[in-house]
Amino acid sequence: MIEFSIWTILQYLAQGLGWTLCLSLLAFVLGGAVGGGILLARIATYPLLRVFARGYIEFFQGTPLLMQLFMVFFGLSLLGRDVSPWVAAGFSLTLYSAAFLAEIWRGCVEAVDRGQWEAAASLAMSRWEQLRHVILPQALRHAVTPTVGFSVQIVKGTAVTSIIGMTELTKTGSILANATLQPFTIFGMVGLGYFLLCYPLSRLAHYLERKLNVLAAH
Amino acid sequence: MSLLRIDSVHKHFGSHHVLKGVDLKVEAGEVVAIIGRSGSGKSTLLRSINGLETLSDGLIEVDGERLHAGQTDMRALRLKVGMVFQQFNLFPHLSVVENVMLALGVVKKMARSQARECAHAVLDKVGLSHKLDARPGQLSGGQQQRVAIARALAMSPKVLLCDEITSALDPELVSEVLAVVRQLAGEGMTLVMVTHEMRFAREVGDKVVFMHEGRIHEQGTPEQMFGAPRSRELAAFIGALGG
Amino acid sequence: MAYQFDFSGIWEYRAELAAGVVHTLALTGVGTVFGLLVGVVGGAVRGWRVEPYNRLCGLYVELIRNTPFLVQLFFIFFGLPALGVHLNEWVAAALAMIINLGAYTTEIVRAGVQATPRGQMEAGLSLAMSRRQVFWHVVLPPALGRVWPALCSQIVIVMLGSSVCSQISAEELTFAASYIQSRNFRAFETYIVTAVLYLLLAIVLRHLLNRLGARLTNRDVAKP
Ligand SMILES: Nc1ncnc2c1ncn2[C@@H]1O[C@H](COP(=O)(O)OP(=O)(O)OP(=O)(O)O)[C@@H](O)[C@H]1O
Ligand SMILES: [Mg+2]
Repeated sequence: MIEFSIWTILQYLAQGLGWTLCLSLLAFVLGGAVGGGILLARIATYPLLRVFARGYIEFFQGTPLLMQLFMVFFGLSLLGRDVSPWVAAGFSLTLYSAAFLAEIWRGCVEAVDRGQWEAAASLAMSRWEQLRHVILPQALRHAVTPTVGFSVQIVKGTAVTSIIGMTELTKTGSILANATLQPFTIFGMVGLGYFLLCYPLSRLAHYLERKLNVLAAH
Repeated sequence: MSLLRIDSVHKHFGSHHVLKGVDLKVEAGEVVAIIGRSGSGKSTLLRSINGLETLSDGLIEVDGERLHAGQTDMRALRLKVGMVFQQFNLFPHLSVVENVMLALGVVKKMARSQARECAHAVLDKVGLSHKLDARPGQLSGGQQQRVAIARALAMSPKVLLCDEITSALDPELVSEVLAVVRQLAGEGMTLVMVTHEMRFAREVGDKVVFMHEGRIHEQGTPEQMFGAPRSRELAAFIGALGG
Repeated sequence: MAYQFDFSGIWEYRAELAAGVVHTLALTGVGTVFGLLVGVVGGAVRGWRVEPYNRLCGLYVELIRNTPFLVQLFFIFFGLPALGVHLNEWVAAALAMIINLGAYTTEIVRAGVQATPRGQMEAGLSLAMSRRQVFWHVVLPPALGRVWPALCSQIVIVMLGSSVCSQISAEELTFAASYIQSRNFRAFETYIVTAVLYLLLAIVLRHLLNRLGARLTNRDVAKP
């Protein structure tokens, strides 16, 4: 057993927290981009695209994130070379987030009154123009709250990447717990670290929900 | 000794003084109609008699069962007092017969078969024995309100309170509900009802009570009240109704 | 470079996979039953604002919903022994799932309870029912009916989330997969097959829960 001062422990944990934050941001941004594509496929007129998108969403929502992570990790390693945990973690979290965001956003698009499509179509807009100028701006309003809400799931999801060796917050915690033999304190602090990231996001989602509901009521 | 006695009852909602000392006696078998302007405290009074509002001051006694200010256990009182609401308030997840049976089983600990028998009897009385297994959502408003009456009656209350029980109904459904109430009155049920159906109040009421600004402003027989109102407020109230 | 897929090395381990499936389902079953129980009690406390338990439940819900399940699991399995509470991997896994699901279902049930029209409770009270009786017989059944789809989703999420219980050596499906791939050196194929098994479990579980819900809440459940 090595003696760690509380400051050293906190320093390590802060570093882990930083990586968790980076990974979350990465997954959120890339997942959002891919998710946008999946969304377009999901609501496309072309049936094959829709089927693909449905299958994609079903698969990523219906299997454990850990399985996805393993598949990506071992799948990529089949292509030769060593796979860095960063690549595997970033890749699988992106695919995972994309599925959930696409599904969330589809709900928002469908919440827009069907008459809006027809009205836009009657102005001779193409389907893309209808979507771009009429539907998406309205769907956006519904989308903000659940999207912020899902960001909490992403942050929590990053914990799983510790299993393939990402030295983010959870992994840092595991290492420290082993080294200091103080798992109770260490995992308590790890939990607190996640709480510090997630709780503000949860509150924000809650706040937005109320605010937008109030606006909608007027 | 009166069946129902209300003794200088006060009710505050925060700083809002809604009941300002209400006294009322109701004899067994009497039918009392409470009338008055919106906001005069009619519902609050009725809900107090059922313990749905706690009293700020005063006393209510029903058949020997007392309710004081600040009292929180109302169950003994409620066993003696049934209530029918404006919005029916049937339990949507239960069928008609189950709505009536629920409290018999849960509160009176009746066996299922006995509760069912009892439920059949009261539902027959309100003319709904053909709807036993329907869901509340499948019934018309008039039918729902009749189930609600049956549900209250099944508990064999000493007094039945009715708060504007026809106000939420389409006009053509009002008469079927009033017919049930009329029948109950004829059978000697003690009724206290808040109503805007003046003609009905006149017809079945033994006593009419006019509430005004949280007090009982005037009371008497229907003939007195509608024919020769003593106070300006009652005259104005009746006049405004075009009666 | 063309990779040759080879699934033959997996069939050999079908018994391990089957055992994994059974254990995952057992964990999920225990987690669901007790987690729902926690949720019903918590939902009642929060929905009816029974102080001071309401605040306590609020704290519990926020703590659990804003931390990863994996960390909760580690805390229970590795951390609690420091307090003298030693749990084997199954008990720790089940406990973590109950606590986790309990927090989510508390919020879900609360929403259902709060959506109950006041008049229905008053009708129950006016029939001389106690508050507890009103909750059980008048408020809870339709509330569960209203939120059943959300409960189902959460149960499926918890089932999938249980895959990290392999990390404390609970021998559920993911643990079985890891064991198999360490023997047959066909990690990719093994995890594909396992993922498909999870997918099937999720689909079947969802279907069963929907049917159960329809029955429990007297066929008043919204169609999925
Ligand atoms: N729960 C409550 N909290 C605060 N104020 C209330 C509450 N219930 C009733 N009041 C107020 O008490 C007063 C009397 O209300 P009540 O419902 O008894 O009137 P009412 O005579 O039944 O009127 P209506 O004919 O419209 O039904 C009103 O001013 C009302 O706003
Ligand atoms: Mg009223």
